[in-house]
Amino acid sequence: MKLTGAQIVMECLLREGVDTIFGYPGGANLPLYDTLKQYPQVRHVLVRHEQGAAHAADAYARVTGKAGVAWATSGPGATNLVTGIANAWMDSVPLVCVTGAVVSWLIGRDGFQEADITGITIPITKHNALVLNVEEIAPALREAFHIATTGRPGPVLVDIPRDVQQQTCEFEYPETVDLPGYQPTTKGNGRQIKRAAQLIAEAERPLILAGHGVIIARAWDQLVELAERAQMPVITTLLGLGGFPGTHELCLGMPGMHGMYWNNLAISEADLLVAVGMRFDDRVTGRLKDFAPKAKIVHIDIDPAEIGKNIAPTVPIVGDVKQVLADLISEVAPVRHDAWRAWIAELRQAHPSIVIPETDQLLPQYVIKAIYDASGPNAYYVTGVGQHQMWAAQYFWIDKPGGFITSGGLGTMGFEVPAAVGAQFADLKATVWAICGDGGFQMTSQELATVVEYELPIKYAIINNGYLGMVRQWQELFYKNNLSAVRMYQPDFVKLAEAYGLRGLRVTDRAQVAPAIDAALSHPGPVLIDFQVEEYENTFPMVPPGAALQETVDSPYAAAASDGPVRRPATQGVR
Amino acid sequence: MPARLQHHTIVALVEDKPGVLNRIASKWRQRGFNIESLAVGHSEIPGLSRMTFTVDGAMHDVEQVTKQLYKVIEVVKITDLTGEDVVARELALIRVAASPNNRTAILEIAHVFRANVVDVAHDSLILEVTGDEEKIEALYELLLPYGVKELMRTGRIAMSRGGAGHHLDDGTQRRYRSAGEGKAQVGSLL
Repeated sequence: MKLTGAQIVMECLLREGVDTIFGYPGGANLPLYDTLKQYPQVRHVLVRHEQGAAHAADAYARVTGKAGVAWATSGPGATNLVTGIANAWMDSVPLVCVTGAVVSWLIGRDGFQEADITGITIPITKHNALVLNVEEIAPALREAFHIATTGRPGPVLVDIPRDVQQQTCEFEYPETVDLPGYQPTTKGNGRQIKRAAQLIAEAERPLILAGHGVIIARAWDQLVELAERAQMPVITTLLGLGGFPGTHELCLGMPGMHGMYWNNLAISEADLLVAVGMRFDDRVTGRLKDFAPKAKIVHIDIDPAEIGKNIAPTVPIVGDVKQVLADLISEVAPVRHDAWRAWIAELRQAHPSIVIPETDQLLPQYVIKAIYDASGPNAYYVTGVGQHQMWAAQYFWIDKPGGFITSGGLGTMGFEVPAAVGAQFADLKATVWAICGDGGFQMTSQELATVVEYELPIKYAIINNGYLGMVRQWQELFYKNNLSAVRMYQPDFVKLAEAYGLRGLRVTDRAQVAPAIDAALSHPGPVLIDFQVEEYENTFPMVPPGAALQETVDSPYAAAASDGPVRRPATQGVR
Repeated sequence: MPARLQHHTIVALVEDKPGVLNRIASKWRQRGFNIESLAVGHSEIPGLSRMTFTVDGAMHDVEQVTKQLYKVIEVVKITDLTGEDVVARELALIRVAASPNNRTAILEIAHVFRANVVDVAHDSLILEVTGDEEKIEALYELLLPYGVKELMRTGRIAMSRGGAGHHLDDGTQRRYRSAGEGKAQVGSLL
């Protein structure tokens, strides 16, 4: 039987196990939308901006481990996806974007709502394709899903002109893909794995640096086994949080620019780093030439281009993290590193990094910690970008792989509002918190309409300090407190929530925090809490930009912590 | 101190599909490389093309781009011929002003360089010359006093000497598909 191009798209999605599409209709994808009702088993979520579709599909993919699917029309619809695609690209998230293109005879003629979206997205997609006749749709989508979800995952865009969506042909879904230039290495080199095991056996001060790759490869059990077997403490990067249980005795939390003081010092003292599925991002390493000066480095990653990009490893291992770890475990004999662990524990006690002082003021750290304490390890926590994100990363000791969803590489403010939608659709019964900044929230707040329309019980917490907090912090610390364009006019967030149909709550002092969180958790529908927190709070510890990890500035509260409860200084920063 | 720059010759074996050149050029551009020359043509394997790039860059940077090039789905193989014993050639067409008075002198120079005369007009002629860059540049310099009206160069192509070379041997009798073959014609329109 002959099918239209649009029907073929739907048939392909079904065969790839897609049950949810995040999208937005327009002139160039009308045939797709015309076909949608013939496929009731596929749920379409109408977002309020295409960027929201990409972010929602991104979070959906992070929770389910399947490719997220986003649809948009040509021109502005497609270009609105770009930020979301770049976000997925930087964080290695499998995304398949299907865009409608102007009719094929208008391509290249500046047709209405034409944009060369395959050209535009070359640097931010793993692959993309413009499909110029109907027979090519099925192979193009088959390849798109294969490429997006295998190797190092990433976004793929398939652009289909409207007339091609309407053409008909016999549908046949290709059983295999024929991509001679794409054969990811999954099995690590046996000799290198033996060398890595040898280094682990010889090490006195080893650390594991675990990144997003552990979660992507679903290798968390293997990571725990390796860490326990060799008694190696585990540091997790921002995107690696949850890849190793936060409450495990070997877990040390996050390193880097706003990481734990003890981690940055331990990295600098370590004689071996076993880097697993991470890419030595500048926010992790600080000044590169002084990073881990005493350490040999084993670097395990599925992407050969990451090996040697920032750090030259002693032992490079290209392969699937899960498979490599399994092979490595069988080569590693049980060892202990009690002295090393005691050294770190002592450092941790002397520099506690995450101390919340006793104060009547409403500190953002206190709010963020209270949310986690009340909601527990099984909830999903989605964050935006900035101070609130770093506090969440510091105070949430995530146990659940994939439980922490954040924009790491691209640092996309506003990610949290639609990403929470995607996470909730991926797990309808779960508690989903979106920890938002007041700045980022205003970039994507229109998705609250989506939340209400689909009755998603998401809890939005705006950590509202009335500033672009992280930018303000940098201006204070590195630009002589010359506050420039960081004070923001705010709408009444409670009224805004109510206008959309969410329950809105406002919290202005500490005593209201727990009751508001409890109220939000017990309310069956979506809730937004406007936490009006202390304006001038800064995120510490901090490695100043351009500095080395050894130069980490610990939290001002931490220094006094060993002398009993810390009182917050009455004034902080320059007013 | 800037890393020492070196001349690199990179050969890419790629699937013959639209958009490939754009993707590869994009990878070089992202890392700030200026492509000195580029030559593209069919290879001995149907459906695959060979591209020869010459770029200037530090060894480490070029290695990094090479790894990035492998990420382009249509790229089948990348070979860095830098430091290898290679045969490198390019072809140039040179239109040089030639009057009846000096035509003989120009033809003598052409003869020394084994350049062919491929067009003769009243006031000019076109020479065709192949060789490495130095040879072409030497000829060009010698012709300058006569008035070079136009110079066109193909860019370098290069092949390693001896042995099996860099023939793709993946042990299969795979047939690569090119854009014109009716199977999936995908890629951006470039």
